Amino acid sequence: MTLWIVAMIAVPVVAGLMIALGREEQARGTALLASFVSAIPVLGGLLRFDYADAARFQGRGSLEWLSELGIRLSVGIDGVSLLLIALTALLGPICVGASWTAIKERKRSYYAWLLALQGAMIGVFAARDLMLFYVCFEFTLLPMFVLIRQYGSDPEMRIRAATKFFLYTFTGSLLTLAGLVYVAWVGAQQNSGVWSLDMGYLTGVAQGMPGTQQAWVLAALLAGFAVKVPLFPVHTWLPLAHTEAPTAGSVILAGVLLKLGTYGFFRFAMMMTPSAFAEHAPTLAVLAIVGIIYAGLICWVQTDVKKLVAYSSVSHLGFCVLGLLAANRTGVSGSVLYMLSHGLSTGALFLMIGFMYERYHTRDMRTVGGLASKMPVWATFMVFFTMASVGLPGLNGFPSELLCLIGTFQSDAEWVQAGEPGAEGGLLGPWYAAVAGIGMVVAAIYLLYMVGKICFGELREPKHHADHDHELPDDLTAREITVLVPLAIGCLFFGLYPKSLTDPIADSVDVAVRTVLTGESPERVAPPPAAEDHAEDSHDGEGGP
Amino acid sequence: MTEKLVQIAPEIALFAATCVVMIVGLWPNVRVRTLVTPISALALIIAGGLAINAQPNPEALFPELSRYAKTMIAGVGLLLLFLLPGVVDRDLEARAAIDERAFEPIRSTRAEFFAFFLFSLTGLMLCASADSLIWLFLALELTSLPTYIMVTISTRGTRSQEAGVKYFFLGAMGAAVFLYGFALIYGDTGATHLTDVAASFAERGIGPIGMAGLLMAMVGVSFKIAAVPMHFYTPDVYQGAHSSVSAMLAFVPKTAGFIALMLLAGLAGWGFGEHGGQLPDAVHITLWIVAAVTMTVGNVLATVQDSVKRMLAYSSVAHSGYMLVGLLAGPGDSFATSGIAAVLFYLLCYGVMNTGVFGVLASLEHEKGARDADSIDDIRGLCKTRPVLGWTLVVCTLSLLGFPPLLGFVGKIGLFTSGISNGQLGLVIVLGINSAIAAFYYLRIVCAAYLDPRDGETAEPDQAPFASRWVAATIAAVGVVVLLGLASPLMQASFEASQPASISATAASDAQPAAISRAD
Repeated sequence: MTLWIVAMIAVPVVAGLMIALGREEQARGTALLASFVSAIPVLGGLLRFDYADAARFQGRGSLEWLSELGIRLSVGIDGVSLLLIALTALLGPICVGASWTAIKERKRSYYAWLLALQGAMIGVFAARDLMLFYVCFEFTLLPMFVLIRQYGSDPEMRIRAATKFFLYTFTGSLLTLAGLVYVAWVGAQQNSGVWSLDMGYLTGVAQGMPGTQQAWVLAALLAGFAVKVPLFPVHTWLPLAHTEAPTAGSVILAGVLLKLGTYGFFRFAMMMTPSAFAEHAPTLAVLAIVGIIYAGLICWVQTDVKKLVAYSSVSHLGFCVLGLLAANRTGVSGSVLYMLSHGLSTGALFLMIGFMYERYHTRDMRTVGGLASKMPVWATFMVFFTMASVGLPGLNGFPSELLCLIGTFQSDAEWVQAGEPGAEGGLLGPWYAAVAGIGMVVAAIYLLYMVGKICFGELREPKHHADHDHELPDDLTAREITVLVPLAIGCLFFGLYPKSLTDPIADSVDVAVRTVLTGESPERVAPPPAAEDHAEDSHDGEGGP
Repeated sequence: MTEKLVQIAPEIALFAATCVVMIVGLWPNVRVRTLVTPISALALIIAGGLAINAQPNPEALFPELSRYAKTMIAGVGLLLLFLLPGVVDRDLEARAAIDERAFEPIRSTRAEFFAFFLFSLTGLMLCASADSLIWLFLALELTSLPTYIMVTISTRGTRSQEAGVKYFFLGAMGAAVFLYGFALIYGDTGATHLTDVAASFAERGIGPIGMAGLLMAMVGVSFKIAAVPMHFYTPDVYQGAHSSVSAMLAFVPKTAGFIALMLLAGLAGWGFGEHGGQLPDAVHITLWIVAAVTMTVGNVLATVQDSVKRMLAYSSVAHSGYMLVGLLAGPGDSFATSGIAAVLFYLLCYGVMNTGVFGVLASLEHEKGARDADSIDDIRGLCKTRPVLGWTLVVCTLSLLGFPPLLGFVGKIGLFTSGISNGQLGLVIVLGINSAIAAFYYLRIVCAAYLDPRDGETAEPDQAPFASRWVAATIAAVGVVVLLGLASPLMQASFEASQPASISATAASDAQPAAISRAD
């Protein structure tokens, strides 16, 4: 299992290097092949994973790196990591397919960074060492920065967008680093001066901190993760970055990169600082709800389709964070489910807009519209994915959004204290859910308004559209349909049978919820031994039965 | 006496080479003349070899310091040396190539240039083995004086002369300030030997005169590291000097300054001070403010520059601020908690990555070396036009930014851990925010070199016809990646070097009585 995990990270990175050093004409084909090859270890991981014990980090393995600082290259995945890795791997070939004709120059660097990005993102989900996590987390900035700055749509704005994206997230994560190092120092003090950055151990250390200290650690963590999610009011980089990014960049940004933030909430904010998390959950929930409604209202007045979908991401991820803050089984599993389903449906929406943009070179709903008559296949997919995003029952948006809201509704702090039987427990309450529910209505309004304008009604095309020389046919090509079909199947399948996703994550979610509600993990990880002792276990392979 | 000579064996080797270089550099035969570079390289290798096998000096404040520092100096010095060929005497050599009799030794500066470079490194090594205030002063000046001349003769333009004069006068002022400080320290303690001074401070406490002396000495020495308020010369001098010399300015005086600061701070506390290993409050507060202001001023001013060399000059100021965080953190019982070790490790990282960036600039030139490649337009599209130089620049710049997982990031982690371990959380947060500000201008360099196309309006710089320069830059870029694998032993070595005498004395056997206890 360990080797599978290492391969998940290494294959795309090595392939990226090969593309960078290879020939320009071959870049595209190599990238497609590489993205499929990278999926093999992920498939292997999916098959080898022991679903009965999904809360345990499986395939643990580590390699000594900087023993002076207790930094090891250590990996391991639980159910949540596994599914997020699977999502990343699924989006890999789709992104390459979506860029097939859109990227015309500097293909080598484009595909190389795309694959490097994939490796780094999988690294984030698979890391069990804080520094490895941080290195991968930060490294994702560089490929994304290049993708936006070099391959973005508007030559002026893309520079601003890329710089804003980089500076926002880099600043936040440096503060997170300070917080994590602080926890590591406390851990070293408790472990007679031996430094370790093992996530399991430091989680226990942080849980043992007194209240104010934990609150500061939480603040440091939020500095990085809230920007990444992004949570209101630090969301302003996202619409700009999304609008300017190339289609595949947007797909990855919405599909996976934003999830690094919510994953950070789940893995660090909840697990490391449960007491502070519980204490400040209502405040954060207010921010999440403001984000849901505020971003939703902004969507309503957009004329740029891509910007609309970008703001809808802010709004949707508000639900995702709300579910985590609810801190009960329903809410948290809904939230993790949302991370996955948002990746599918919003990623797909960005693809649809990308395909339209490739044909019309505009995303303005005032100049383009009524495309159903000209591009029936495109319009069908567009309506389908919009419905998935709105949360039509039967599609993937519905169960995740519903679970988040139900979880929030049921999670009344007083119920927990009263210990009433049957109450789920949690941190928020019905009022939060009621206000957030308005966001669902707003989402339905703006998304239906968008699809109505762009698909139906009289055909509107930009004035000079007919003059242009078109490589692409009017409607979707077979390649484009091939790219969309797996996403559509995913939306339908997980909408009809969400249990296939909630089962593997149930155990991990359970652990997280119990941690937040009791203030400490069910199991404490023992401190790592001193430097002399752990020489022989440097490659401990598959741990435990 | 003999023991002392053994201690400074690397310096003696370098000094001997200096004398040889002085003579060989004026040889009428061009073949012999060009031997100065290999001779200097050989001397540095020998000095490094002597340094790495050196015995710890039990009488010094930091017994293991000289071994680590001198080895590092020899290594980075070797890289810096490769940037120097062709900086001076270019026209003269061009004429001499046509007619050998045209070579006029009186106009040649090659011999001095290389000799001064070796002199400066000798001074730097002497700083690391300094055991008394007078020695330290002489070593600091031996480090700096040759650099004033090197700046002045590095290009033929008036800018170098202006830079040289500015550097000299401000340097002389800095030297006066810290010499006055040294005198006050002597006045308070009646000793010049560092361990005696430390013992006196430990026994009687630091009097007001001694404290004034310490503060003045530290502020004066901060000229060497280009810390606020002694940083004003940095951008002008770095820009005025040839890029090869700027590379040296960013490493050599900075290292000397940090070693001097370590020794001075070591006088005041750490292991035997009145505050139980803490610096006295006045020193602590001064250094805290200097550190915070230095990184902020350096980074903020760097963002508004259009000249890459000025940008790098301000970044050099900022990096001094980062390292001051480690200095404030002081020694500790492991690499992770020892700020001194973090500083020593970071100096190595900074030396390598900074040489890489300046090496790329030194490899580019306009009009056959009449003008340096300096503006951001000069490096635009470099990855396309000259991939090796371009990628070297990108990798080294990202490392300066502290982008994971490059060497600069690992160095910065050491500063983070040691700062937090020693109660400098506030300063560490300032450091974090500053690293983010720094991203703004480092990204401009990266984007210009990697992403932006040439606009075609400004003249494209040519590659300087001296292969050793880009080779050195490339080695530095490779080092930024390869040293990641070797970081662990290097950290161990820097930790050993950071152990103050009294702490290592308890661990050492009775055969080597600690200097402090002897003084009691």
